[in-house]
Order: sequence, then C-alpha cells, then structure tokens
Amino acid sequence: MNAPVRFTRAGAWRGARASAGLLIATVPFGMVTGIAAQGAGLSLAEATAMSATVFAGAAQIVAMSHWTHPAGFLAALFTTLAINSRLLLLGPVLAPWLGRLRRWQRLVSLGLMADQNWAMSVREMNTGGDDAGFLLGTGLALWLVWLLTTIMGFLAGGLLHPPADHPLFFSALATFIALLAQMWRGGRDVLPWLVAAAVAVVTARLLPGGGWHIIAGAVAGSLTGAARDSRRGTLP
Amino acid sequence: MTVWHLDAANLLAILGMALATFACRAGGYWLFRLIRPTPWLRAVLGYLPGALFVSFVVPTLADGRPSRLVGAAVTVAIMVASGSLVAAILGGTAAAWVAWASF
Repeated sequence: MNAPVRFTRAGAWRGARASAGLLIATVPFGMVTGIAAQGAGLSLAEATAMSATVFAGAAQIVAMSHWTHPAGFLAALFTTLAINSRLLLLGPVLAPWLGRLRRWQRLVSLGLMADQNWAMSVREMNTGGDDAGFLLGTGLALWLVWLLTTIMGFLAGGLLHPPADHPLFFSALATFIALLAQMWRGGRDVLPWLVAAAVAVVTARLLPGGGWHIIAGAVAGSLTGAARDSRRGTLP
Repeated sequence: MTVWHLDAANLLAILGMALATFACRAGGYWLFRLIRPTPWLRAVLGYLPGALFVSFVVPTLADGRPSRLVGAAVTVAIMVASGSLVAAILGGTAAAWVAWASF
C-alpha cells in the first residue's frame, strides 16, 4: 500500500494502447448516442458538448430518449443521477493510486473514469502497476473515441436506423463480459458473484429503468464476500 | 439537422447532467477519504469490481435473447484462452451476430 506511485506520460501511453479493445467496442455505442442526440432534436454543438462533459453513454441515451423542448432540467438531472450513482463506488477502489496524486491529476483522472477503463486500471494496479498515468491514458483515449463517434453518429443519424437489438450493440456488453472474465480470482469469488447476480436480477425487475440494480448487486455481493472472509479470519 | 444552434434550456440541462456525473465520479473517492479504511472495508473494495460487473451483465443476459448468450459464452471462451480483450470483444460480437442472423 505504501509503494510510490508515478504519473508519467509513458504510463498514459501504455494505458491508451492497452485500451484498443475497449475503443473498438465503444464505436457502435458512441454512434447510437449520436443518433439519439440527432433524434432528440439537439444541435451538433449541443450533442458534442454533452458527450464531452457528461461522458456517460447509458445516462445520455436514456436522458435523450425523453428529451423535451424546452429541455427539462430536473428530468435530465435525476435520470443522470439514477444511472450514474454507481460511479460513486468506483473511486475508492483506486484509492491506493489516487491518494498519491496531485489534486489536478486526481480530478482529471476521476473526471475521465468510466466503467471500462476503471476496470482495466484496477487490474493494472492490482498486478503491481505503479504508474497512475495508466488511468488517465485509458480515460483520455476512451473520451476521444466517445467524442468522435458521437459526432459520426449524429451526422449519420438521418441515414442509419439500426434496430435496438442489433448485435453490433452487443459489443458494449461483450466488453463488460471480457473484463469480468479477467476479474475472476478463483473459488472465493463464487459466493459474492452469485449473490450479486441474484440481487441485481431481482432489483432490475423491481426498479427498472435506472442503475439501481447495479448498485444493489455490487454492494450486496462485495459485502457478502467481506463478511464471509471476516468469519473465516481471512481478511486482507 | 442543426449544427451550431445553442439553446439555453438544452445547455442548462447538459450542464446539470455533467455536474451530477462528475459529482458521482469524484464524490465516492472524496467520501472514502473522510473515513479510515479498515481491513473489512478493504475486503469489500476487493470484491467490488467483480460484483459490480456481474450486476451489469447478468440482468441483461437474463432477458433471454439466445444470441446474447451465445455471444457471452464465446467472449468468455476467447478471453480465457487468449487473454486478449480485443479478440474476446470482436469474437464475441461476431458470434452474437451470427447467432442473431441464424435463429
């Protein structure tokens, strides 16, 4: 926990190059977000501003699926909070890195932290990586691709109408599944993952539409794992 | 299609979304710094990534579309065999596409 942490350009580059898979998988998702923005009646400038500053695909798509003119401030705000509050859980996991950065480095890194590049960075940190520039590099690469593909989708919006269940959009889910497969640490993960799955499925039925099932499953699963380890006396 | 038009209500809503999202991104870490991490909390944080991604993935797969299940199985298989994110994501998506087109 007390190893020195660096924050270098080389680390950022390595993160950006390691993100190739995430970036490819983000293309259809960003395109759909651009198409949604065009369909919601935003201008290209507004759509670009949203992708640059919000940088959270699910929240953007859901908010734009019931965008009104004039825009409903509170509706957009609450939709975003409901879907993105899970991000509250991500930052603390990277505390061993973030705690050793300067304030601006930490704020920029946190601002560019999305689920996918966070997962890659957690893995990098847990396998001994000491260069927190990795997180910034993965985040910047993802942000640039997000911006470009939103613009491409917006411009193509009048021409392309892929159905919502088109398998191209499976690439977003495939990213999460591949990252999940990488997280597997063996038998001790079985119980927490089963609890997380059960709680998430039930919560998604009871409270559809937001991101509550993700928070409920994540908290239930990780508390279960810690409680089990505590009883066995195998806490880290 | 409008390109440069900026509407005050749209910009205000976008600003609200941006601030809310940043508050979630930075807020969790900020709160965490106010408390002293115990071994128990460290264990929770160790289990969090897997539990969070399971909670993303399983409800979406549970909606029963067979092409997604095929894609998920192929993604995991390639990931385990090759360790390559790119190969797993592309191969899994291709498998889901083939399954979608054939069922």
